[in-house]
Amino acid sequence: MENYVIIGNGTAAVSCIEGIRSLDTESPVTVISAEKYPAYCRPLISCALEGKADPGNMNQRPADFYEKNGCRVLFGTKAVGIDPDKKSVTLNEGACLPYTKLCVAAGSSPFVPPMAGLDTVARKFSFMTMDDMLALDAAVTENSRVLIVGAGLIGLKCAEGLAERAGSLTVCDLAPRILSSILDEEGAALMRARLEEHGISFLPGDTADRFEGNRAVMKSGKTMDFDILVLAVGVRANTALVKDIGGDVNRGIIVDRHMRTSVPDIYAAGDCAEGYDSSLGANRVLAILPNARLQGECAGINMAGGDRTFDNAVPLNAIGFFGLHCLTAGSAPEGCAVFEERGPGWMKKLWTKDGFLTGFALVGCEERAGIYTSLIRERIPLDTLDFGLLRHAATTAAFSREQRRRKFGGAV
Amino acid sequence: MKRVYVNEEWCLGCHLCEYNCAFANSGGSDMASALRGKPIFPRIHIEGDERVTYAVSCRHCDDPLCVKACIAGALSQGEDGVIRIEKTRCVGCFTCVLVCPYGALAPAEDGVMQKCELCLSNASGEPACVKGCPNRAIVYEER
Repeated sequence: MENYVIIGNGTAAVSCIEGIRSLDTESPVTVISAEKYPAYCRPLISCALEGKADPGNMNQRPADFYEKNGCRVLFGTKAVGIDPDKKSVTLNEGACLPYTKLCVAAGSSPFVPPMAGLDTVARKFSFMTMDDMLALDAAVTENSRVLIVGAGLIGLKCAEGLAERAGSLTVCDLAPRILSSILDEEGAALMRARLEEHGISFLPGDTADRFEGNRAVMKSGKTMDFDILVLAVGVRANTALVKDIGGDVNRGIIVDRHMRTSVPDIYAAGDCAEGYDSSLGANRVLAILPNARLQGECAGINMAGGDRTFDNAVPLNAIGFFGLHCLTAGSAPEGCAVFEERGPGWMKKLWTKDGFLTGFALVGCEERAGIYTSLIRERIPLDTLDFGLLRHAATTAAFSREQRRRKFGGAV
Repeated sequence: MKRVYVNEEWCLGCHLCEYNCAFANSGGSDMASALRGKPIFPRIHIEGDERVTYAVSCRHCDDPLCVKACIAGALSQGEDGVIRIEKTRCVGCFTCVLVCPYGALAPAEDGVMQKCELCLSNASGEPACVKGCPNRAIVYEER
């Protein structure tokens, strides 16, 4: 009989529960949930702000999920420490929770760089949680001048969510282009043009240096008056619990291909973990939902005595604004070859190295993109297929008849 | 479970499956009034070139990446193995398109994703692409 404890109640935690229950339907599972909600679809908070998703219908699983899976959930409770010798987790109210197998699925937190005068800003928000969204939702009016610091995925989805609701929207970022973590200048310019068509203004290469009440003084010396400030500079993996006990931690909690940390019987999954990125050939934090799902499942299965390996994680991002979609996957390693195509309002870039596709960026040409992703994840050698055809169109017609027979000829 | 399979040796590339699919899912009572003069958004499509053609629709994978990657909880796999989409929950983010290795998902006219659900809950009751395939290239069977 095991005694499973999961720290966190997001995507990785849900999948960890399902992984455990695929093998062990008896042992108790306790979930420590800092947030007071059942696991919800976190990326939908921007859709809720926009009125396109109903906060009451954003749960990841049906209402009876925890009960059906025999889970006790401690809502509104935080884990503040782990004792790896006694094998227990200390909770914020002081109680100790014993475990035999522990999964740290603690997610990430907004990173707020030191900015002078931030405490003088009355209405400032992060945009990571349901409560962040509800607070912003309650504060914004049709006259609000909104300043968003950070032109990454979170800041821009927040901007889209507010576009029809606020008086004005300005997004600043120290980077010279938007979405700098996933797009080059060309791709970013396409996405930016679409956002600008919807009234969103940008201050690229500039960010707030200090605040004086409702005024931001920018690095450039410009001033920006605002009513609402959203801080979306970046996120940091929540690694402290494992770091504090001497576990291996880099940017995230380091996990092997079975989601084990360096501490016996402690696993980690999701945005707090740093696992192997097969497109890069190195470890990195992949704070994306599919990765949390697959890592959580892998951790759960192994915690319950199974043998699951997850070794083909790759970065995956699908993000769109006002109907223009950008799909990216994998990496552009040093020395890679680039194939590119473009037309009005769209571009495609594919990166190859050593005979494999390692990554791509598609803006406005998303059709069947998963076929490209499969070449990266499954490490399909490009010399086994018609890459000349595939470069122009993501189609399984570029595969050999035998490859196609394997894909389509039976149950998969 | 029974799935839709395509024998590419027999596929004529006639695109009839696309029309039968669009009609079966249109809710209309006759094909002409349902589809005439409109762009169609079928859940099966013909791929290929001058050498080979074949129809592609959802494989209903045993371990579906689309379901795992869905950010909205809109895609799910029933106990019958069929992967379905709850259209009111889909936000059209394209993550499923990004991960499906078969290129089997595409948006409907309204931008929300749609996929083959084997015609189990429309008036056809069994895959319309299979019923209407003139060369019996598309089959519905256990493999």
